Amino acid sequence: MSVDKETVARIANLARIRMDDAALDRMVPELNNILAWVEQLGEVDCSGVEPMTAVIPNTLRLRDDVVNADPLTGGGVRDAVLANAPAPEHGFFGVPKVIE
Amino acid sequence: MVSSYRIQGATGEWEVVIGLEVHAQITTQAKLFSGAATAFGAEPNTQVSLVDAAMPGMLPVPNAECIRQAVRTGLAIDAAINRWSRFDRKNYFYADLPQGYQISQLYHPLVGEGSLTIDADEKAGIPADKVIGIERIHVEQDAGKLMHDQHPTMSYVDLNRSGVALMEIVSRPDMRSPAEAGAYVRKLRAILRYVGSCDGNMEEGSMRADVNVSVRRPGEEFGTRTETKNVNSVRFVMQAIEHEARRQVDLIEDGGTVVQETRLFDPGTGTTRAMRSKEDAHDYRYFPDPDLLPLELDEAFIAECRASLPELPDAKRRRYEGELGLSAYNAGVLTAEVETAGWFEELLAASAAKAGKPEAELAKPAANWLLSELFGALNKTGTALADSPVTPAAGAELLALVAKGTISGSIAKQVLEKMLASGDGAEAIVEREGLMQTSDTSAIEAAVDQVLAANADKVAEFKAGKEALFGFFVGQTMKAMQGKGNPQLVNQVLRQKLG
Amino acid sequence: MTELTDLGIKAIRDGVVGGSFTAVEVAEAFNAAVAAANPALNAFIVTTPDHALDAARRVDAQRSAGETLGAMAGVPIGMKDLFATKGVQTTAASHILEGFVPPYESTVSQKLWDAGAGMLGKLNLDQFAMGSSNETSYFGNVISPWRRADGGNAPLAPGGSSGGSSAAVAARIAAAATGTDTGGSIRQPAAFTGITGIKPTYGRCSRWGVVAFASSLDQAGPMARDVTDCAIMLGAMAGFDPKDATSLDLPVPDWAGALNADLRGVKVGIPREYRMDGMDADVAASWDQGIAWLKDAGAEVIDISLPHTHHALPAYYIIAPAEASSNLARYDGVRYGLRELPEPGSGSGTSGAGLQDMYAATRAAGFGDEVKRRILIGTYVLSAGFYDAYYTQAQKVRALIARDFERAFERCDVILAPTCPTAAFGLGEKSADPLAMYLNDVFAVPASLAGLPAMSVPAGLNREGLPLGLQLIGRAFDEQSVLNAGLAIEQRAGFNAKPETWW
Repeated sequence: MSVDKETVARIANLARIRMDDAALDRMVPELNNILAWVEQLGEVDCSGVEPMTAVIPNTLRLRDDVVNADPLTGGGVRDAVLANAPAPEHGFFGVPKVIE
Repeated sequence: MVSSYRIQGATGEWEVVIGLEVHAQITTQAKLFSGAATAFGAEPNTQVSLVDAAMPGMLPVPNAECIRQAVRTGLAIDAAINRWSRFDRKNYFYADLPQGYQISQLYHPLVGEGSLTIDADEKAGIPADKVIGIERIHVEQDAGKLMHDQHPTMSYVDLNRSGVALMEIVSRPDMRSPAEAGAYVRKLRAILRYVGSCDGNMEEGSMRADVNVSVRRPGEEFGTRTETKNVNSVRFVMQAIEHEARRQVDLIEDGGTVVQETRLFDPGTGTTRAMRSKEDAHDYRYFPDPDLLPLELDEAFIAECRASLPELPDAKRRRYEGELGLSAYNAGVLTAEVETAGWFEELLAASAAKAGKPEAELAKPAANWLLSELFGALNKTGTALADSPVTPAAGAELLALVAKGTISGSIAKQVLEKMLASGDGAEAIVEREGLMQTSDTSAIEAAVDQVLAANADKVAEFKAGKEALFGFFVGQTMKAMQGKGNPQLVNQVLRQKLG
Repeated sequence: MTELTDLGIKAIRDGVVGGSFTAVEVAEAFNAAVAAANPALNAFIVTTPDHALDAARRVDAQRSAGETLGAMAGVPIGMKDLFATKGVQTTAASHILEGFVPPYESTVSQKLWDAGAGMLGKLNLDQFAMGSSNETSYFGNVISPWRRADGGNAPLAPGGSSGGSSAAVAARIAAAATGTDTGGSIRQPAAFTGITGIKPTYGRCSRWGVVAFASSLDQAGPMARDVTDCAIMLGAMAGFDPKDATSLDLPVPDWAGALNADLRGVKVGIPREYRMDGMDADVAASWDQGIAWLKDAGAEVIDISLPHTHHALPAYYIIAPAEASSNLARYDGVRYGLRELPEPGSGSGTSGAGLQDMYAATRAAGFGDEVKRRILIGTYVLSAGFYDAYYTQAQKVRALIARDFERAFERCDVILAPTCPTAAFGLGEKSADPLAMYLNDVFAVPASLAGLPAMSVPAGLNREGLPLGLQLIGRAFDEQSVLNAGLAIEQRAGFNAKPETWW
């Protein structure tokens, strides 16, 4: 499978990366090179093989339902959460106005 | 049995097909993947952890209670519980979604196929035993909240809800009228509240529905559906369906076609409109979340979930009818809300303990008193049963006084008023105000004599054959005795004297 | 006289504990070395001399108070700028995170500070750890301290993505450094610069607070002068972390204490598929030399087969970009990092740029070309209609690769292979061809896909005078066998070459 400029533009939009025409033109052959190369995976006979789900045999641990049990993953840290915000506004994150 | 609900179009009748995706907030202290609190109404961004804000390098660790409650909910709708499930990422960009993906379950949900039976309602055209299929329940993260009206050029993001655990309960497209959809939401809400997995508080957003609606000629293939997002009351669900079905019928009949799209409901006008912010043709690029391993449940965990389930509304209603001998109507009302059933059962237990009699013997008067007397009195002041100043034990005390004949039914109404106003016990009020019923035959005879003497003309009429006047004499005697005469004795004495 | 900066972890710690010198003296020596070298090498994005000194003062005070000192006491290290460090800028070498100051400390870095280490600075790397030459950093290339023996001054790549780490350790301006390995990012730069680095079993080191590239592959590990130092430092970095759902809930063995270069009774597997057509002659020779050394240490060497080796790299280049495309979605200009607002009118909004325009502009300006390329690949392979053909197939191949290793480890205890197909290449030599760059990790990626512990140890110099590394791969959880075999090679290789100080 290979991609054309239109496809790359659609993918770039899905990924929210603005790309002008020149950037798209550059990207098309690069992506096609890589895609043509990964294509060889199709040769591998994977019948009866389950896709890997956990690289090391391990089961999902669950945590107890306790608020702020570990301060590193608890709430009540608004200043820390907002400390790096480009546009903090009265305790909120400000973003360009959204029209729903 | 099929619903007869039809939309009359210019070109004939249309059937509406409805499926609901109900998002129910799982009742927990902490979020699905972080330790931040879930309480409603906190200051913006105060219940946000570094994990919820998707800071670089932050990782999710699942909350066991969320899994447990979703499994219990699944068991309550007789659903298959998947011993092996997995979390997937649903990728899209939005300001209320800090990670740029929602952790959800697409490929292997925790709960599989189940169903629930909605309550029959002849008036609303809901047939008996109408079963709504439930395709799946999966666990996922809620998004944050955007506020658009605080600033002229900016929207504000509050992440307090971001990461709160939701169950998405996906129905089959099995509903055929707004009333059925309403009944489904009500029944689902009741079950969730019985189970305790969701508080069902639609005003606070604990439960909301995405409403999938399509129309078709009866019996034909499904039409194209639209999805109206985030409808947050039973009434709005019904309104959204009515509006959307009518809109689609009008559109098709005018030669247009329904497009599959996401719509918003406007509670002010009861209408739906297409969302302006289009999502990328729904290419969510789901894939298994590599930060989380597969979730494997053992039989002991599931057994514990099953053992912890309470008696559910349908079973309870059948028991109330079968074992307690209540009418279908009373059993239905008593079991519709978990609080009502709980109150009733406490009342019954206290009454049985007091009287030393089996519950079945006391159930009917207890049910009647709760549904007519107490509910009537509470309704007048707009008080919820949970806030009733009269407790089940106090109610049992009052009912016992009636059962023993200490007071009459009409005196009991007065006593209840006084209990509600003062918070005092029934026995204390009856004692203090001397409201005991009298069984003193001489006092009754004196009162009867007085009444008959004062109404000699009516006595003559009675004796001439106007037997309907007997009730008049009973009433007059009771009135003369301020309602305290034992009704049986009053009857007996009157029969004697008039006989 | 031996300079303090010539010392590694064990020598420094033992010297501090024994009172041969103070931790502050060590920190000052390394701070000075960093200040002198960094303008030329560009190994550090930011330096934090005060952090190193404060840690050293604490260690010296502990020693004066007679307290027991930690395993890393007084050791100044470099921290790859992928680990969040509280109060110190953390960028992943990307413009999109420039100026980001985490209000939290990664689990691994916290463990190192708790063990008595100090931080010299945040080390440069390939942007978001995507690269094999450290040429994708927004903050400029890292220059390898090594030069070819041809008398030329062509700047060489220190490898990647942990290129700042490898350069700093090789140049003796850090006693050791943290690395992270997704598809070879510890082992390949270690091999390029003549140092030792180990990627432990997936899940040994917590990923909490480490900027994610590909979650199912990312694993932190130490990069140091020798095997013993790696064992000590890995012991300080590893351990169960309840904040990481993929963390292994296992005790941390005393790897350093159990080091043993006597390989009698150990079976070493030599994977025939790694001996590829047209293999670099020096690399092939060093591999043969490694086999001889292990035999000399008492090991039995056997031939093994890892049949799906050839498909590991393409599988990796689907899985890693797919995960990355999602992991990097959070860099959107809303909560931290760069925010770019395009000119009003260019968006669809009525007044000024809309939210989605902001995302696209921010990410266009913030991510470098290689990061964009991988995000696009990842987005494409996950998109509707392609998911099964690419992603599912790659995960199936990955399962086959893991099975290859399982079968091999029924017959052997540890696997020996080259770390890289070549020695270090010159900066700019491969940066124009992404695919040629990817092929650098052909020997490193299979162990990453299988989550296995793998290490690179220096084996000697090639004919150009550049270091070559040998790779040891072990069973899951069996870092000890990897370290032991590494030690046997180290003792026999007697590798003591170091780059000349030209900066």
